[in-house]
Amino acid sequence: MYKFSKKLKTFSFALMILGALGIAWGFMNAPSTLEESKEIIASQSAGHGSGHGEATSHGEEATHKVESAHGDDHAKDTHAKDSHHDASHDEHLFHQLQNRPWSALYVAIFFFMMLSLGTLAFYAIQHVAQAGWSIVLFRVMEGITAYLVPGTIILFVFLALSGMHMNHVFAWMNPELIDPTSPKFDHLLDAKKSYLNVPGLLIRSAIYIAGWIWYRQYARKQTLALDNAENGDLKHYKKLMGASAAFLVFFLITESMMSWDWLMSIDHHWFSTLYGWYIFAGMIVSGITTIALVTIYLKSRGYLEYVNDSHLHDLAKFMFGFSVFWTYLWFSQFMLIWYANIPEEVTYYAQRFEEIKIPFFTMVVMNFLFPILVLMNSDYKRLPWFIVMAGIVVLIGHYIDIYVLITPGSVGAQWKFLSPEVIGSAMFFLGLFIFVVFTALTKAPLKVKGNPFMKESEQFHY
Amino acid sequence: MSSKVIQAMYNDDDVLMSAVKEVRAAHVHIEEVYTPFPVHGLDKAMGLAPTRIAITAFMYGLCGLSFAIWMTNYMMIQDWPQDIGGKPSFAWVYNMPAFVPIMFEMTVFFAAHLMVITFYMRSRLWPFKKAENPDPRTTDDMFVMEIPVDGNEKELTLFLKETGAVEIKVTEKH
Repeated sequence: MYKFSKKLKTFSFALMILGALGIAWGFMNAPSTLEESKEIIASQSAGHGSGHGEATSHGEEATHKVESAHGDDHAKDTHAKDSHHDASHDEHLFHQLQNRPWSALYVAIFFFMMLSLGTLAFYAIQHVAQAGWSIVLFRVMEGITAYLVPGTIILFVFLALSGMHMNHVFAWMNPELIDPTSPKFDHLLDAKKSYLNVPGLLIRSAIYIAGWIWYRQYARKQTLALDNAENGDLKHYKKLMGASAAFLVFFLITESMMSWDWLMSIDHHWFSTLYGWYIFAGMIVSGITTIALVTIYLKSRGYLEYVNDSHLHDLAKFMFGFSVFWTYLWFSQFMLIWYANIPEEVTYYAQRFEEIKIPFFTMVVMNFLFPILVLMNSDYKRLPWFIVMAGIVVLIGHYIDIYVLITPGSVGAQWKFLSPEVIGSAMFFLGLFIFVVFTALTKAPLKVKGNPFMKESEQFHY
Repeated sequence: MSSKVIQAMYNDDDVLMSAVKEVRAAHVHIEEVYTPFPVHGLDKAMGLAPTRIAITAFMYGLCGLSFAIWMTNYMMIQDWPQDIGGKPSFAWVYNMPAFVPIMFEMTVFFAAHLMVITFYMRSRLWPFKKAENPDPRTTDDMFVMEIPVDGNEKELTLFLKETGAVEIKVTEKH
């Protein structure tokens, strides 16, 4: 049985407290009135000549032409400074600044939920494939998926708060946009409202979350039952396999829809057909990296003595492979849109190239170049410290990826990655993640019993 | 120059594996093992040096990548600048995303083909080469372990019989 060490527990609480302070700082420093927002923008322009100036200097860029959702137009703003546009622009910036702490919070909520969801998908694949090698890692995976319950519930609460207009992360939730009498009326969004509406989003989210949590709890129950089953009793083993197969079908549909609802809808005029796969790739590579990191941590503390370097080698191979898979999907999406250059599609990338260039390219380097060069050598994939180093870079890289997916749509040019609210949100949810995962690991023996392929897993060698 | 070798035949890969381990434990040098199919772990059991083909593959891949960069630059930018889909072709970097598939394919192409050629050269395989295996049955269901002898064929024969060899013969090898 694993015992949650005091040091790690203190560490997780310290992360949560520091993170909560960062989040609180973010909310306190967000402007609560239009005047405060104007002051912040003015001080930014005076300070380092960027900020507002940068946002308006794009001129006739397609980004702002199509981005009429917020009812303003930067292009006109620079040419004809009539009072109406100035006012609406100020209001737009005010909303973006207000969104900043919420958006940072949402990135962290989604990212850590994604770690456990990716692990759950990987876990289900192991059961369906009747994989032999990974059985000794099942309890580690079950520990990580324990975070799915709090993680998805927090996310649902966030969506519900957005639906109640506590924040403007999801610009499409603004009822003025589908009100034909309003000057902000957006006919593109109006055409989508039968799908993209708040009750619909919440109902769909509840269905996804309920399905995932059901499978997670059911699988956990069955492996615990298998632990106590009589020798040769495969009833629970077969149930597990059936449930996992059903879950994978459910997951592949709901995962795709989840990515549209929870991420793609932030840029609600834009769409991409392989978005769901792209999110899935990031999810599974982050999940597998988390499994590797938790396994290495437990091994370094003297647990999991039956996990050998061939198991680590396999995890590292998956990290390498899925990093390349992620890049493939990222690039496929990018290249087609870049080549076709259709205004309604290319705005998405134009905005990222102009407003959030550094994180955008940094994360490609971290998620592609770094893992491909570091994890290519077969021998390096068996060195724990190498996997830890690569894993940390990959996880930070995918954190930035999620940040780049969410932030341009919710905060625009007002983003600030190295700020207390972004780092605080990440720390808070990392602390919570560590606390939930390692508490779950103490609940059951770290080695499953009763699996007919257990011997293969124990003797696994490359 | 010719030398005497002893050829022990086995009819099961598991028996062969344990025999290889026993022979190695007795500090007898194994010249070669002929098998009808690749036996997993045999290279480690025989104590062969790890393969370096992965390193060559990496270098060939880099060559392919460089070649693709040169080729796309020459064809699409310098020799006959082409404007496809309104993309400017003044410099290679502007069109780089369009060349990524070519760069990828060339990397794979170079790595794969040159790796196979390297493998053939290192194994001394070429067209119309005469087969080297001592017994045609090694392409069917027999495994042959070849050990050079130096006046000790009697003890070796006895020893190999114990390891499970079904047939043993001593021949001159050219």
